[in-house]
Amino acid sequence: MNVGLPHFLTVSAALFALGLFGVMARRNSIGILMGVELMLNAANLNFVAFSRYVQHGVDGQILAAFVIVLAAAEAAVALAIVLALYRNYGSVHADAAQSLKR
Amino acid sequence: MIRDLVFVLLALLTVVPAVWVVFSKHIVHAGFALLFTLMGVAGLYAFLGADFLAVTQVMVYVGGVLVLILFTVMMTHVPAQGRRRHGLDRYVPPAVFAAAVFGVLYKVITAVDWRVSEGAAREAMARPTTAEIGTQLMTSYIFPFEYVSLVLLAAMVGAAILIRERSHAGAAEDENQEARP
Repeated sequence: MNVGLPHFLTVSAALFALGLFGVMARRNSIGILMGVELMLNAANLNFVAFSRYVQHGVDGQILAAFVIVLAAAEAAVALAIVLALYRNYGSVHADAAQSLKR
Repeated sequence: MIRDLVFVLLALLTVVPAVWVVFSKHIVHAGFALLFTLMGVAGLYAFLGADFLAVTQVMVYVGGVLVLILFTVMMTHVPAQGRRRHGLDRYVPPAVFAAAVFGVLYKVITAVDWRVSEGAAREAMARPTTAEIGTQLMTSYIFPFEYVSLVLLAAMVGAAILIRERSHAGAAEDENQEARP
């Protein structure tokens, strides 16, 4: 086996599928957030793999760095929302939030 | 040969805990499994020659996002009797959909002839990337760089507003109502 681009893409596809499954199957909203993080990591891995094997520059790595920054911002806001949800509904399950007023 | 072994180990370190992240009943266990997945992805970055990005991944994800997630998990305790038992049928549609997505992706990955040039790739791997990334960020990517800092500021302010205690606003309203005749 000679490790090449398809191997990285396969690992990334597996990560993405697992993250997708987590987002769809989890009831805990923190679990859903973990699925989103898995999918973002899969996309990042693709960026870096393509930048190494096809493009030979650092453009893909810079884009991946931007994705990491946006993922951090997303996690901060999402976890603030989860805490607000927990305070208002006493639960972190996504299907607990079914009404607009408390 | 040792290269292949390292890659397989890193790929297993990435994918196997990811399965645990998705399927674990305990959300705390899922969080700790996410730690290994993120470290595995950082290792794959290093394997791909992206040294700066590997360190960034460890610092931002493992040092920041994951600590935040575990913090939230431990602050929002869901009592055990509150959990409802669900049958396996709840997992069937997501599993079918995720498997279909993986199948399509794998088909594309194996079918497409990627324009890989190994020699240039090996040369690109040999040099450190930090200086080049810094130069690019300050020249070609200066606008996205500034923009993303703005996004971070907005997210920080938004998160602070979202988790602020409700009692201040309520107290202010009460005062207003008391002030009314």
